[in-house]
Amino acid sequence: MMDWSAIFLTLRLALVVCALLLIIGMPIASWLSFSKWRYKFFVESIVALPLVLPPTVLGFYVLVAMGSQSPFGRWYQSISGHAMPFTFTGLVIASVIYSLPFAVQPMTAAFGQVDRNLINASSTLGASRLRTFIRIVLPLSLGGVVTGVVLSFAHTLGEFGVVLMVGGNIPGVTQTVSIAIYDHVQALDYAGANHMALLLLAFSFITLSITYSLNRRAGIFYRPYRDSALRPEVGFAKTRRH
Amino acid sequence: MTRVVKNRSAPAFGLIAALVLALLAANPVQAGAGEITIAAASDLTFAFKDLTARVHKQTGNSVKLSYGSSGNFFSQIQSGAPYDLFFSADIDYPKKLEGAELTEPGTLYEYATGKLVLWVPTASKLDLKRGLAVLTEPSIRKIAIANPQHAPYGRATVAAMEHAGIYDQVKQKLVLGENISQAAQFVESGNADHGVLALSLAVAPAMKEKGRYVEVPSEDYPAIIQAAVILKSSHEKETAQAFLKFIKTPASLALMAQYGFTILNQIAGEQNHESAPN
Repeated sequence: MMDWSAIFLTLRLALVVCALLLIIGMPIASWLSFSKWRYKFFVESIVALPLVLPPTVLGFYVLVAMGSQSPFGRWYQSISGHAMPFTFTGLVIASVIYSLPFAVQPMTAAFGQVDRNLINASSTLGASRLRTFIRIVLPLSLGGVVTGVVLSFAHTLGEFGVVLMVGGNIPGVTQTVSIAIYDHVQALDYAGANHMALLLLAFSFITLSITYSLNRRAGIFYRPYRDSALRPEVGFAKTRRH
Repeated sequence: MTRVVKNRSAPAFGLIAALVLALLAANPVQAGAGEITIAAASDLTFAFKDLTARVHKQTGNSVKLSYGSSGNFFSQIQSGAPYDLFFSADIDYPKKLEGAELTEPGTLYEYATGKLVLWVPTASKLDLKRGLAVLTEPSIRKIAIANPQHAPYGRATVAAMEHAGIYDQVKQKLVLGENISQAAQFVESGNADHGVLALSLAVAPAMKEKGRYVEVPSEDYPAIIQAAVILKSSHEKETAQAFLKFIKTPASLALMAQYGFTILNQIAGEQNHESAPN
């Protein structure tokens, strides 16, 4: 039997988280790839921390930070009327932190590969930094941005430890597919666990296949030199002819 | 040239933005009328599956169940977890919550007493008549029990083992399930040789076919008195009250008894007039 409320909840969580990470991740990634600050590695380490940190450590601190003992937890409770742990909002915040490196790292790498000559040319022609980012950097690194979004989506789909600690196991509110599987196994409902597990397996595989195929074909999202005008040596020569 | 770039990225971002807005606005978790979420000790896994189906059929109320160890729920509820009712596997946790004024006054109800069993897979040749002492056999490598730190059944198990004078000998072989249901899963799947489980799990169809069990004498461990309480933070107190009322009806008590729970008739009668006759 499929647990549709868990499936819907998981999809909703993953979509909200990857959308938020798109918004939060791009400024961080562009700062990381363009900044020349000597202590940048501190920021890089903080962003990458969820990759190596046990989910329980992250879950524990997020839980403490959201709890009624912390100023942040109390502030949230005073404006919303209820505590943050064991709510969907709490899950979203925890997941954004947990999946941050999966969004930021591919974006940073892609931004770093954009030809600096193009960026410099854009600035010389009077474009603001934001305009340069939107018109030059972003289109040329769309593949990396999409990879970041897809990976953070897939990573959020499958997270377990953080969700269990921060969300508990409340059907319809915080019970994601991975938690539902755990629950089914404990209730000796192996058929139910198997259905959900197969679904996650298929979904993860399909997501990754799409990402890799997009990256390989590079035609849809990443075609830096399709327009000859963009190709540095040829492009400039062409422009001069006009 | 810039126009080409613009046309390519703008629709994609527009689509994503629209999707995010739609999702943030959507609120599928609307607690409809007559829907409660229960934090239930995992020894209730099978009994409550039947019971909540009956509740739904007879009253139309729907019940969402979250199973786990009572100690874990206790700390979750302290942190503000949004449950309506808490069915603990002991009475200490609900009482502590009552002391912290997190419960609805006067709703604490001792619904049953749980029993411990020693469970072995069908293939095992061990003589269960020897009771817990059989666990010292060198052929036994892993014994599944619930985690005594936060599961009442785990605590009772350790007490029974200490009473039998075998705890120090078997300590190294213990495999701790997060709750009693996980301990049952460890033995049911054959990953542990033996388990000390709740009777309510051992009698469930899924377990019954796979092994045999013997009750641990109830005088060997402190009684597992299980209690339920309505939480103060509940927004569905009436539905929660109705559920408590339902569980006190003779039919429900009989069902619980079928699942191996000892029903505290006296207390049930004292607190609830409807079920007083039996």
